Amino acid sequence: MTETVIGILLATLGAGTPLVFAALGELVTEKSGVLNLGVEGMMIVGAVCGFAVAAESGNLWLGVMASVLAGTGMALVFGVLTLTFQSNQVAAGLALTIFGIGLSAYIGLDYTSVALTGIANIHIPVLSDIPVAGPLLFSLDPLLYCSFLMFAAIAYFLYRTKAGLLLRAIGESPESAVSLGYPVIAIRYLAVLFGGAMAGLAGAYLALVYTPLWVEAMTAGRGWIALALVVFATWRPGRVMVGAYLFGGVTIIQFHVQGFGVDIPSQLLSMLPYLATIVVLVLISRDINAIRLNAPASLGKAYHPSV
Amino acid sequence: MKSITIRKILLAAATGFMTAFTSLAASAADPFKIGFVYVSPIGDAGWTFQHDQGRLEMEGKLGDKVETKYIESVPEGGEAERVIRQFASDGYGLVFTTSFGYMNPTIKVAKRFPEVIFEHATGYKSAKNVGTYVARFYEGRYLAGIVAGSMTKSNVAGYVAAFPIPEVLRGINAFTLGMRSVNPEATVKVIWVNSWFDPGREREAADVLIAQGADVVTHHTDSTAVVQAAEEKDGVWSVGYHSDMSKYGPTSHLTAATHHWGSFYTKIAQDVLAGTWKSENIWWGMKEGMIDIAPLNSVVPAEAAARVEEAKKQIIDGSMHPFQGPINDQDGKEAVAAGAVMTDDELSKMEWYVEGVEGKLPK
Repeated sequence: MTETVIGILLATLGAGTPLVFAALGELVTEKSGVLNLGVEGMMIVGAVCGFAVAAESGNLWLGVMASVLAGTGMALVFGVLTLTFQSNQVAAGLALTIFGIGLSAYIGLDYTSVALTGIANIHIPVLSDIPVAGPLLFSLDPLLYCSFLMFAAIAYFLYRTKAGLLLRAIGESPESAVSLGYPVIAIRYLAVLFGGAMAGLAGAYLALVYTPLWVEAMTAGRGWIALALVVFATWRPGRVMVGAYLFGGVTIIQFHVQGFGVDIPSQLLSMLPYLATIVVLVLISRDINAIRLNAPASLGKAYHPSV
Repeated sequence: MKSITIRKILLAAATGFMTAFTSLAASAADPFKIGFVYVSPIGDAGWTFQHDQGRLEMEGKLGDKVETKYIESVPEGGEAERVIRQFASDGYGLVFTTSFGYMNPTIKVAKRFPEVIFEHATGYKSAKNVGTYVARFYEGRYLAGIVAGSMTKSNVAGYVAAFPIPEVLRGINAFTLGMRSVNPEATVKVIWVNSWFDPGREREAADVLIAQGADVVTHHTDSTAVVQAAEEKDGVWSVGYHSDMSKYGPTSHLTAATHHWGSFYTKIAQDVLAGTWKSENIWWGMKEGMIDIAPLNSVVPAEAAARVEEAKKQIIDGSMHPFQGPINDQDGKEAVAAGAVMTDDELSKMEWYVEGVEGKLPK
């Protein structure tokens, strides 16, 4: 029994991690007032570039770096369009996703179903032998640890540092920030690029750890789920984590329910992760005032420095 | 992909010139053009890869007499109709459409081009100039089941399946029957992922099956994620599908139920060239070489390998059928009486689990 539970929890961590990366990145982007709907596109380009570089070089960590760079590169395209040329963020983001899916298919032509051994788990000596906590906390893959660190860093940055306060202020009112002499566009660029890098990492996690292979459209909509998580988590990093693991956990549990032969139609079970995540996140953030407080007021609006 | 060279343009112009004046002589020298429509990229393994292997085999056998061209990653639906029509209007005399979802577009285009011959895989609609073809995938599944049944220690196999349609159910049932023919204790757990293609989910489902005690996993989905999941666990075996997937599970891959379309493609092209082609619903199996299993992993004991070989021989000479009675359904009720064999019509409508499959069939 304990083994099954540990199995479920481990699988939950794995299933949730790509969402954690992508959603936390998007959260930072959105906190600066920029809505980037291109997460799916950045993620999949990150996945293919990471896989291609890892397959060519034989070095998985070079692959991870390539994913991060590719995600950042995609975000830069978005940044130039929406921040420099002030084009519509929704349209540019959607275009970025469609472009990313096509581009990744092209880059990946020669890598479809190349076999690769994924990034191995780290077994921390001594600690990983502790029952229950050992396998659950001390023998995970390195990118999973990285996602924990990123969460802590982002939560600290947003709410405990001056730079984080500034980022949030720009998301609320870019006009006020610029009147105080802050470079709004430059900071938004950084936030957008960071979001891209994180989406790239999410892609790396999929293509190099979770299912070490490249196939077209392998992100299978996870970028969109990450976007939804940010909104339903009312732009709070902690709730993003809850949402991501909840989604991953319910996905895994519904498979277990099927495996145990419980008599519920599998189609209904497939729906559960979406339903459960939305319901829970809506419940924990149902305070309308808190939503108003957390939602960046300038989200999605282009900022014209000249006005 | 083909690049148009000046030589080819000149050649085309020359042949065009020839046809205009001496149409009979020129057309005899022209290679017969055959088109293939693929649903996914060819890659290194999987459904489309096997079809492309068949195309290459046909090219190899027929040489200069034919010229083939394929278009890959064609989405099912409206886009498919455009691609199929393009082939027909570009002078292709024979077009293979290799995915179920191409059925209606194929029929539609075929009406417009009565002189072009179409062959559609896995569908059920045919016409005067449209034939259908499908393989008895279940025969390979049965043999793979024998291998799985001889290797399992926990007596539980895991099956990651896409959608509860007859084709998938035939596979699950045949695999289960094969397992239980050598290991009556064996059971099969099925998880439906409700997607043909989502490596992440396929992976998750395989992990869950393994966590629930399955020590052999197989799949009826399109990626190699299930085989890879087994490779990462000690003491867990995998059985691939479509192609030999041993590359993805060098130690854990036991065998795979594989498809081979080459001899079929060659025969159809020859028939069309000879003018003897007629619209048929072809359902070939191991006997015709359309279905086989991949070479067994060296860990499979010789005794089990001999049983597989024996069953294969029996299926080929017709002395045994995977779906011959007595077969009980999941609740232990007799579904096929002793001595009876399920007809093709019954097989094509299969909507129940045999005894030994766990879980309830989603309706």
